[in-house]
Order: sequence, then C-alpha cells, then structure tokens
Amino acid sequence: MEQTKMLKKKAVQIRKMVLEMIYRAKSGHTGGSLSCVEILLSLFYGVMQIDPKNPKLPDRDRFIMSKGHSVESYYAVLADLGFFPVSDLESYCQFGSYLTGHPTTKVPGVEVNTGALGHGLAVGVGMAIAAKIESAGYKVYVLMGDGELDEGSVWEAAQIAAHYRLDNLIGIVDRNRLQISGDTEQILKLENLEQKWTAFGWHVIHVDGHDIERLIDTFKGLPVERGKPHLIIAHTIKGKGVSFIENNKDWHHKVPNDEELRMAMMELDERLKELDAHE
Amino acid sequence: MSEKSKMASRHMVAQALMELAREDETIVVVTSDARGSAAITKFFDTFPERAIEVGIAEQSAVGIAAGLALCGKKVFVLGPACFYSARAFEQVKNDVAYTGANVKIIGVSGGVSYGPLGSTHHALHDIAAFRAIPNMDVILPSDANQAYAVVKHIVNRERPAYIRIGRNPIPFVYDQPSFEIAKGYVLRNGSDVTIIACGEVVWHALKACEILSKEGVEATLIDMPSIKPIDEEIIIKSARKTGKVVTVEEHSVHGGLGEAVSAVLGNNFPVPVEIIAIPDEFPVTGRQEEVFSHYGLDSVGIATRVQAFLRRLSHGR
Repeated sequence: MEQTKMLKKKAVQIRKMVLEMIYRAKSGHTGGSLSCVEILLSLFYGVMQIDPKNPKLPDRDRFIMSKGHSVESYYAVLADLGFFPVSDLESYCQFGSYLTGHPTTKVPGVEVNTGALGHGLAVGVGMAIAAKIESAGYKVYVLMGDGELDEGSVWEAAQIAAHYRLDNLIGIVDRNRLQISGDTEQILKLENLEQKWTAFGWHVIHVDGHDIERLIDTFKGLPVERGKPHLIIAHTIKGKGVSFIENNKDWHHKVPNDEELRMAMMELDERLKELDAHE
Repeated sequence: MSEKSKMASRHMVAQALMELAREDETIVVVTSDARGSAAITKFFDTFPERAIEVGIAEQSAVGIAAGLALCGKKVFVLGPACFYSARAFEQVKNDVAYTGANVKIIGVSGGVSYGPLGSTHHALHDIAAFRAIPNMDVILPSDANQAYAVVKHIVNRERPAYIRIGRNPIPFVYDQPSFEIAKGYVLRNGSDVTIIACGEVVWHALKACEILSKEGVEATLIDMPSIKPIDEEIIIKSARKTGKVVTVEEHSVHGGLGEAVSAVLGNNFPVPVEIIAIPDEFPVTGRQEEVFSHYGLDSVGIATRVQAFLRRLSHGR
C-alpha cells in the first residue's frame, strides 16, 4: 500500500516533469506521454528486475518503448530512478543533447533506438528468444501505442512470438483510443483487439492502465498461460491528468503555451494536495 | 584460378558459419524461409537452437536479429538481397545500424542472380542503399574463397555489416581465402588504365584484362570487396600511376562502387572515370550471364568499353 501511495504521487510528479520538458523544448508528444505514466511506473518501480547503477546487468528485465514518441515520460522515469541526472532533462531536445525526441541507447537504461512505429515487438521477440537460448530468467516488456498496431510488422512479430512460445515476452498496448488524426476506430478500425491477439496465439488481459496496483499485480502474475506470449491491453486516457488535454487529439504533439502550462501545473498540484490529504 | 572449378559463394559462407558456430556459442543465424537459398539447411540441422526461422517476414527477421544481438549474440541474417535491401531497409537502418546492434546481413542471390525472375528479385540498389546508412560496412566478395574469408573476418568486427553474394556457381578468383576490411587487392599490374571491380564481375574483369593485353593495353586490376569502408590509398596510388580509372559492378550506375571510387578520386586526385554498371532502368530479363553480356559486364563487354574509353581520352574528349 505504501508503494502504491508513493507511486500515485510520483505519477503526478512525472506528469509535471513531462509538461515542463515539452514546454521548455517547444517540442514533444504530450498526449501519449501522459497516458502511459502509470504503465511505466508499475514496470520500473514495481515489477522489473533492473539496477539503475548497473544498466547493462546481463540478467536484467528488458523494456522496449516501441511507441518511441512517448519519450518524455520514459526519460522522466529513467531520470527519477537514477539512470542519469534529473537535471539533464533540461537539455531535452536541445542542440547536441543525448536526450533526443525519440529514445536512443545513448540514454542509460534505453535498450534500443525507437521512433519508427512497428519495430519494437520484433526486437522484443529477438530478446525473448535470446533469453530462451540461454535459459535466462529475464522477461521482455514491449510498450506499443494502439495506433501503432496499424503497422503490419507488429502482426508479423506477433505471429512469430506465438510460434516460439515466448511466455517471457509481454506486449502492452497503451489503449488510449486516439492517434494523431483522431479516433483509432475511425482512422483504421482496430477492434476487436482481444480477438485478434487471441487468434494470433497470445494470452490477452485487459487492465485499467491508470490503476497502478492492478497493473503491478497483473504483471507480477505473468505468465498466466505457459508457452504463450502475453498481451496486456491497458485502457488509458490520452493526456491523462490534465482536464483540457485529456481525450483531445489536438494534444498528440501540441506544446503548452504559458497559460496552458500554468493551468496544467495548478491542476496537477491540486491533485498532489489531494493525495497528501488522504495520507 | 581455373575456369573449370566453380562454386557458389553461399556454400562457403555456410561453411564458415558452421565452423564459427562450433567454436563460438554466441553465433546465431536468422532466416526468412530462405535456408535453401542461403545453403544453411545443415546449420539448421546441426545447431537447431541457434537457427531462427521467422517465415517469410524479412522485417521481423532483422528486428529479431537486432534483439538477439542486443542480448549478446553474434547474429547473421541470411536471405535474398532484394528483400533485405528494400523491404527490411528501415529495420536495418533503425534497429541495427542506428542502435548499433552487431548484426551481419548476408544478402544472397544479389545483383541479377535471379535474372529471369524480373526486377522484384533483383538487388541492384543495395550498395547505394546500405552505403548511405552510417555505421554499416558494405562488402561484396568476388568468389567463394573470399566470401569465406569475409565471414571469418567480420565476425570479429563488433558492428553491423551488409555482405552481398550471388546465387550461381562462379569461377575462383583466389586460390586461398583472404580478406581484410578496407583493403583492395591488386590482381594484375599494368600502366595504361586502372580497372576497379567488386563482386561477381571481378572474374570477368580479369578475363577482360587478358583480352586487353592481347590488344596491347596493360591494365591494373583491383578487386575492391570492401566498398565501405573503401581502400582510398590504393585507388589514389593506382590513379597516379595510370591517370584513368574504369569501375565495374553488378549494380545500378547510381550510388555503387563507381560513385564511391569517383568520390575518392574527386576529393583527392581527379582523373577521368568510366563507370561500367547496369544503366538506370529495370533490366532486361535473362540468365545472369545473358544480362551481363547485354549490358557489357562480361569480359568482351568490359574490354570493349575500356578500349572506347581510352580512345575517347586520346581524342581529348
């Protein structure tokens, strides 16, 4: 319970960091970065075997940010964990900074360069096969956007993962139902996602993607079915945490102006106060 | 250097991989329903746990190879050059080269090896494509012995590479396997013209030199298997000696060996350069040797082009 309380507050703090990064850089992907905060916190604080002081530990669990544009919350979480100094976040997207607008392995903790959609799952399959070859115990987590599932390469990799019975591979879909041009179901119908992934040989679990406790319990309970890769459909709200950003496609990569930043921070600070009051 | 004994490079690549895999447990091969084309069926039988079949899915083959490499494996992806240099290009660029994953792409049946099958199955843009990606070596061995040596050499280079080989049995240029990265090999010395070739046309260029010699033209012939990084020194040195350079390649005139050599010369020691390659068109279909003959990539064609080049220069044009 203590951990959940701590992480709930951290989720708000990470959101503040995300907005500050985007505001300072005048560049970024606001909506998708805010929607996956709890997913990242659950994995990095509650589930994965990692050591920020030793990011290349051979038996570490692997995380791949396949939706590479949600980089701000990813960097904020890695910095918060101590993979690199939090103060470096100020250089995000600045000239020559190693903190580019999509993740690269120059950033301690990042496993693979991403940004082009539909790549991460195949790389994750390779990592999961490597673990099987070595009889190593590490798991591989791949976070995908829902819009990303339009890419055919995702389904290639999904098929191969099931063929190799990769029960050490966990795909997560940040199901916020919006992509850059609008509603995922209007741009290119994705549903029924559960039936599709099940038909591809995956074990599918739905979860509230903002419920940290449930996320941690779900991840810790894997694999549910031996010999199958697992897909977690995390139902989220794009832009989660700031009322005027939530569920608004325009905030896919909109940058807050002075007033919007002030209002967003006020709202997030209010939320922090509420959480403190409950303690 | 007997014309009679021929061998397809893929068999020697496969042999090199078998030998490496016996010594090194981190060697893994990945293929996309191409174990026959790549001649690695025996590898699959011998090392099943280190032979990854992904089905007809080249994009995933490369992504998976990157994932394996990032977990410490030395990964060789083998499959048709035409698909790996086009369909899987973004995976090679991002997952392999940009990330810096230690993956070697062996493009088999490159160039017009699959001549009769049409341009979907030709790889005549692969040098250009992979040369333009940072962090990638680009290598075209000229015979089966060199192909063997290439695999044995690059396994110790912890960086991505693209190696293009053909499909068909070809004559041996070398008696012994030998290869170093960024090194050109002088096969013949002459002072009238420098010919620089790579891949499966090297043998034809060698035969062209014999024709030219009978006609009174003595050519220096350099085999340039390593197109990136390229052996700048040997190019400049030879150009200083002969004053004119002809390049020969089984590739589009755009972006291949010819332009790589031209760039070295343009930047260092400008001399006239004649590029013998496939023109900017989807080529005529036919067996590899028929296509070579049509575009002047066989010995007679090369000798004829060299003579025409020399005549043009002597007339001051």
